[in-house]
Amino acid sequence: MSILILAEHDNVSIKTTTLNTIGAAVKIGGDIDIVVIGSNCGVVAEAASKISNVNKVILADAEHLKHQTAEEIAPIIVDLAKSYSHILAPATTFGKNALPRAAALLDMQQISDIISVESVDTFKRPVYAGNAIATVQSSDSIKLITVRSTGFDAVDATGGSAEIENYSVGAAVNLSKFIKQEFTKSERPELSSAKIVVSGGRGVGSKENFDLIEKLADKLGAAIGASRAAVDAGYVPNDYQVGQTGKIVAPDLYIAIGISGAIQHLAGMKDSKVIVAINKDEDAPIFSIADYGLVADLFDAVPELEEKL
Amino acid sequence: MKILVPIKRVVDYNVKVRVKSDGSAIELANVKMSINPFDEIAVEEAVRLKESGKVSEIVVVTIASEKGQEQIRTAMAIGADRGILVKTDAAIDLGGVEPLSVAKTLKALIDKENPDLVIMGKQAIDDDSNQTGQMLAALLGWAQGTFASKLDIDGDKITVTREVDGGLETLELCSPAIITTDLRLNEPRYAKLPDIMKAKKKPLEIIEPSDLGLDYSVRMKIVNIAEPQPRKGGIKVDNVDDLIDKLKNEARVI
Ligand SMILES: Cc1cc2nc3c(=O)[nH]c(=O)nc-3n(C[C@H](O)[C@H](O)[C@H](O)COP(=O)(O)OP(=O)(O)OC[C@H]3O[C@@H](n4cnc5c(N)ncnc54)[C@H](O)[C@@H]3O)c2cc1C
Repeated sequence: MSILILAEHDNVSIKTTTLNTIGAAVKIGGDIDIVVIGSNCGVVAEAASKISNVNKVILADAEHLKHQTAEEIAPIIVDLAKSYSHILAPATTFGKNALPRAAALLDMQQISDIISVESVDTFKRPVYAGNAIATVQSSDSIKLITVRSTGFDAVDATGGSAEIENYSVGAAVNLSKFIKQEFTKSERPELSSAKIVVSGGRGVGSKENFDLIEKLADKLGAAIGASRAAVDAGYVPNDYQVGQTGKIVAPDLYIAIGISGAIQHLAGMKDSKVIVAINKDEDAPIFSIADYGLVADLFDAVPELEEKL
Repeated sequence: MKILVPIKRVVDYNVKVRVKSDGSAIELANVKMSINPFDEIAVEEAVRLKESGKVSEIVVVTIASEKGQEQIRTAMAIGADRGILVKTDAAIDLGGVEPLSVAKTLKALIDKENPDLVIMGKQAIDDDSNQTGQMLAALLGWAQGTFASKLDIDGDKITVTREVDGGLETLELCSPAIITTDLRLNEPRYAKLPDIMKAKKKPLEIIEPSDLGLDYSVRMKIVNIAEPQPRKGGIKVDNVDDLIDKLKNEARVI
């Protein structure tokens, strides 16, 4: 087997989701190469070359690759594909955007969001918001796969010494133009890889009240998450959404506050090690999956918890 | 300007699905079916563009059994003008019509219909693949604006704001383009009774995949479907002190 990993990075540093994706590649077995596509991203290639289990780093560096649009990435993957049996990307908005475009150009049926490797051609993936797990077997000659990072351990970011090969990038496709980015700035740990996540829902009631959640999160060194209802209501930015159609998290501790526990929300957090729910409705469905449930008004319980920790 | 909106018939998002006892498929008998919520958002967006005078015609397409007509009528009640059902008896949720087959079907229809824009859901809530829009864009060689929370059309200029893991990203796309919807793009309206009545009279064409030169061979075989390991329910704690004690001394996570 020869496996190509599409690295996720911001031209400066490599995202940990890439390390989990390599974790899945290790399970498949075989030589593992990484392609780094971006602009002025030599430092990323350097970092990639040090990741354990990596055989070779391919660096595709050009000005028009700066924003890593799917239209520009896909042709590069297509060009590299013939040397590989598997091409893996993280199942993040980056990987979900780019990989299917390459898969269609290669006439391959992508396998999305795998959570386990059964064999070189058979994988498990959640369907129906995680209410069922499908085992699927691919008959395609190249398997294009996105990997759910909570399903696989990250490999070590150090210990490797792979060679870096420069890829000669062709002309830009120029189908789309980057206008702007509005990224949420935060000193807190990243939601998808945090050890502790404190999430608020509609019950929190307003953007101002989300202060309570933030204080508790900061006390615990936690990342902040939210339900769709909290995002829709504008209490927090979109990238805080946990769930079927938001981010998937599996921290050691997940604290759900004022969240009812709709299946779409559970889909994003039910693999957390320990789940705490604080809700004033003792019949809220979230309690059926919580290890520790506290039936209480969050406006009393959360400040008290924050103070006593 | 003409817009094509592909929609999918899926199990309603409120239904808790069950796996058939032989592990071959999800039980779909007597289960409420609806338009995939993301596709409903796509229809709504197209209708709003039509209401603002920027769009002259909205064509909805679905690949489904005979019953897919129900979802086309619902989309027409929201405001779509015309419908095409590509009729198949293959499973459309899992192990039948795969995303790449859907993209190929849509490409064949687009070659005939020549729309200026395609708006579709980012993901279907049954197979959760999140592929079809990107694949269709690839097959057509068009630009893609995935996970859209805002869409502006100004003549030939398409500006789309995307919900990405870090926050928001805004792109300008060459026309024609594929847009896939995220939850915040709009809140779909409820169809009113008179519109539901009107929808019954709108043109709905039924074709077969073979009319487009396609068959739906399967490349990603379903070996088995299983319910996930159920999570054991826990306990209720009495108060905050009790909670802290359990987290520190029992779960040892803080
Ligand atoms: C296509 C689709 C995709 C979706 N994707 C997602 C997704 O990815 N993530 C997601 O989260 N949702 C998603 N949803 C939405 C989901 O179905 C629910 O609507 C949503 O999760 C509800 O959010 P909530 O629990 O915050 O709000 P609610 O269900 O309104 O619950 C609020 C809870 O707060 C409690 N509460 C209120 N006041 C207090 C108080 N003072 N103290 C303590 N408790 C209080 C209430 O008892 C209640 O249980 C999706 C829906 C659809 C249709």
